[in-house]
Amino acid sequence: MTDATLGAAARPGQSAAEARLKKRHRSERLFKAQGIAAIVIAMIFLVVLVGRIVGQGYTTFQTHTISLPVYMNPERIDRTDLTGVNYDYIVAEAVMKKLGVQDDDYGTVSSEVMELVSTDLGFQLLDKVKADQSVIGKTIEITGPLKADADLYFKGQMKRSTPEGDRKLTNVQLDWLDRLQSAGMVTSGFNTAFFTNSDSTEPEQAGVLGAVIGSAMMLLITALIAVPVGVLAAVYLEEFAPKNRWTDIIEVNINNLAAVPSIVYGLLGLALFINWLNVPRGSPLVGGLVLALMALPTVIIATRSALKAVPPSIREAALGVGASKTQTVFHHVLPLAMPGVMTGAILSLAHALGETAPLLMIGMVSFVPGVPEGLTGAATVLPVQVFIWENASEAAFHERTAAAIIVLLVFMILMNAAAVILRRRFERRW
Amino acid sequence: MLTWLSLLVLALFSTAAFLAGRRRAVATAGGRASALHSLPNYYGTYAALWAGAPAALLLLLGAAFGGRIEDAVLQSERPAAVQALEPSRQDVFYSDAHAIAAGQTPSEVLYEGDIKVALDAKVAEAKRIEMMLNIGMLAAAGVLALAGFLLAVPRISAEFRARNRVEGWIGALLIACSVAAVLTTLGIVLSLVWESWRFFQSVNPISFLLGTEWSPQMAMRADQVAAEGAFGAVPLFAGTFLIMFIAMLVAAPVGLYSAIYLSEYASRPVRGLVKPLLEVLAGVPTVVYGFFAALTVGPLFRAGFNAIGAMLIGGPLDGVGQYLMEVQNQMALVAGVVMGIMLIPFVSSLSDDIINAVPQSLRDGSYAMGATKSETVKKVVLPAALPGIMAAMLLAVSRAVGETMIVTMAAGLQAKLTANPLDTVTTVTVQIVTLLTGDQEFDSPKTLSAFGLGLTLFVVTLALNIIALRIVQKYREQYD
Repeated sequence: MTDATLGAAARPGQSAAEARLKKRHRSERLFKAQGIAAIVIAMIFLVVLVGRIVGQGYTTFQTHTISLPVYMNPERIDRTDLTGVNYDYIVAEAVMKKLGVQDDDYGTVSSEVMELVSTDLGFQLLDKVKADQSVIGKTIEITGPLKADADLYFKGQMKRSTPEGDRKLTNVQLDWLDRLQSAGMVTSGFNTAFFTNSDSTEPEQAGVLGAVIGSAMMLLITALIAVPVGVLAAVYLEEFAPKNRWTDIIEVNINNLAAVPSIVYGLLGLALFINWLNVPRGSPLVGGLVLALMALPTVIIATRSALKAVPPSIREAALGVGASKTQTVFHHVLPLAMPGVMTGAILSLAHALGETAPLLMIGMVSFVPGVPEGLTGAATVLPVQVFIWENASEAAFHERTAAAIIVLLVFMILMNAAAVILRRRFERRW
Repeated sequence: MLTWLSLLVLALFSTAAFLAGRRRAVATAGGRASALHSLPNYYGTYAALWAGAPAALLLLLGAAFGGRIEDAVLQSERPAAVQALEPSRQDVFYSDAHAIAAGQTPSEVLYEGDIKVALDAKVAEAKRIEMMLNIGMLAAAGVLALAGFLLAVPRISAEFRARNRVEGWIGALLIACSVAAVLTTLGIVLSLVWESWRFFQSVNPISFLLGTEWSPQMAMRADQVAAEGAFGAVPLFAGTFLIMFIAMLVAAPVGLYSAIYLSEYASRPVRGLVKPLLEVLAGVPTVVYGFFAALTVGPLFRAGFNAIGAMLIGGPLDGVGQYLMEVQNQMALVAGVVMGIMLIPFVSSLSDDIINAVPQSLRDGSYAMGATKSETVKKVVLPAALPGIMAAMLLAVSRAVGETMIVTMAAGLQAKLTANPLDTVTTVTVQIVTLLTGDQEFDSPKTLSAFGLGLTLFVVTLALNIIALRIVQKYREQYD
């Protein structure tokens, strides 16, 4: 009887506890699910970001070229003024002959044809004539890129189903392209021009070579300044500096510098290097100087933590056999810390490689058609090239922007991989 | 070119000094290196440093400041024809004279009559000054190098403490390098303050900080109609704040929850996989995020809102529908969300460190009392880590405020005072970029206002960082 009452009395309490436990477990599961959701969201962002860029950019690496026989009509080529000849028209004539169409008196057909083949073919003719005038009057075979819009049509990015008014090329032009392709004159292949050309106003002739070389020059200057200065500063602060007010100030200072927005470094570069020291605007030199100042604090911080990881016993042993303080540091501590130092340096250089904002301040946004001429000539760099192409209105530049991003990311991945390998291979745990 | 050549010659001379110093040391010790105070190479280095370092420093300073000296001398005497020009044209005149003398391409200004005569005179003068400067610099460097050599080498003897001297040089070099960091800060502060001061001479600082109208378009000529620009920066601050707020709404929960999951729940393999992937997200250059925002997220959001708008039109929410049909690609929301994505790894890695710093004993105590994992996290770990997490959030805010490329590529240019995330707003950094890209004369308030904005940005981010670092320092002391 008493048992029963006890049991009856206990049951509601127990079920309340059970309910509470259930609730607690439910909130536990919910909390865990929220955590997983956060990770999943972050990963989705990463996949979408990389996927979109690769998806938009990979088509750039394929391109369509046209090969056609061109009759070098002597009537159209003025031997006294070879550069003044309208070679684009000669190319258009060759295409029109293949298509079996006639130009009208206003030249509308030929200008519609010119919208399909790149001016690069015209330049090739000019080079051929300049090299050897005997080609005039003969028929020669040349191969060159199609205009970007025609290329987009063959890649399926410009569709016939789009209303004619909403695309760059008319139905007639698309018919011509189809006929050229069925005549076997259009071939698709790897886009080497994208890696051997520099910036151009014509998308099909634009490439990243100039930007890659500009980036390399700028990064070289950054490395030559930021790494030695940063490492030596860190050596002083970690190994030599007395602990006093002055070194405290330097330390706080470096931590704050690492968090200054990059655009402020651009303003510094503009006021200090360009307006005050007259360094040429938009040159790899001034870009490298600005990025060196920006990379300095991160190099210092990385080097200090690498130096800290070297155990004091190494220092004591060196001092014990009669080495001076300087010898101890430069013969023993720094070489042992070198893998960590180099890892930190490579990572901060990789960061500098992707930096854009400060370079806009120091005049690196101009159109530079060639490979930069030396450290003080005008140059462009990869991230700025991305920014410039993103602003261009032609659809063909959008895929090239994504392709330039892929090139930039490949370089950054290579640098990061180098840092990881360095750390894996040489890092010692004490 | 001349500088490189003379530096090369100097390097050769310095190598010769090294050999001479070393040989003299060994010779004075009677050929026995063990009788020397220091290792023989230290004697050589001592001689090489005295022969090379001061002259090299002089040459580098000359290369950096030669142009400035030349300009100062050139402008010290201004012909009447030049004085008749406007001040900005005078600057162009002098930079052209400089460019022609140096064999560079001058600006496209045409010079005729008196001014052409003055230009030719100045070009000749510039050439003369440059030659004199070069000769003077080379002569001075040569004298310094020889004097250093002659001073150092005779001092070398067996008892001479060459190692200590060389280490003194090294110490000085180390201090100089660590001062470089301080000089950078000083350079930032001085250049920002100096240019802003010039800006505040033409624009009242109070109306800059509190004014609500921003249209920096100044008249190019004095007689033009739309003369005065307006420099009220409040719409820019509001736009910056709006985008930062949206970014934090994305980054703070996602970043914090992923940090909690990774440090408290995740198994080793999951952690080993997710952490590097988050680092990849952190390593992506901001210009890439900008491209993503402008060409993917912007059109996507716009299409989404337009679709919602199309559904609402004609219904009870017709006005809202009409509005949604008109939203632009450059919404504050787009820039904010993408910036939030960029900040996720930043928030998560900082929070991860802080949560890991909470001692395990606190967790064990909580588990011993029967708490579940989530209760431990919510009631024990997070309160203990709260100051650090606050600091992490402040650092993220500081990053968001200073971020440039995403907003330049995905936010608008129109300065609007609004809290509507579907509207286009502009930010401080966007305005700095637009004001300073392209060719601009350097005296107009329009260009200088960029430095006023830059100073404000610097002060705000610095304050956020200092507060964050203070919080972290204070918090660390609790467990040490």
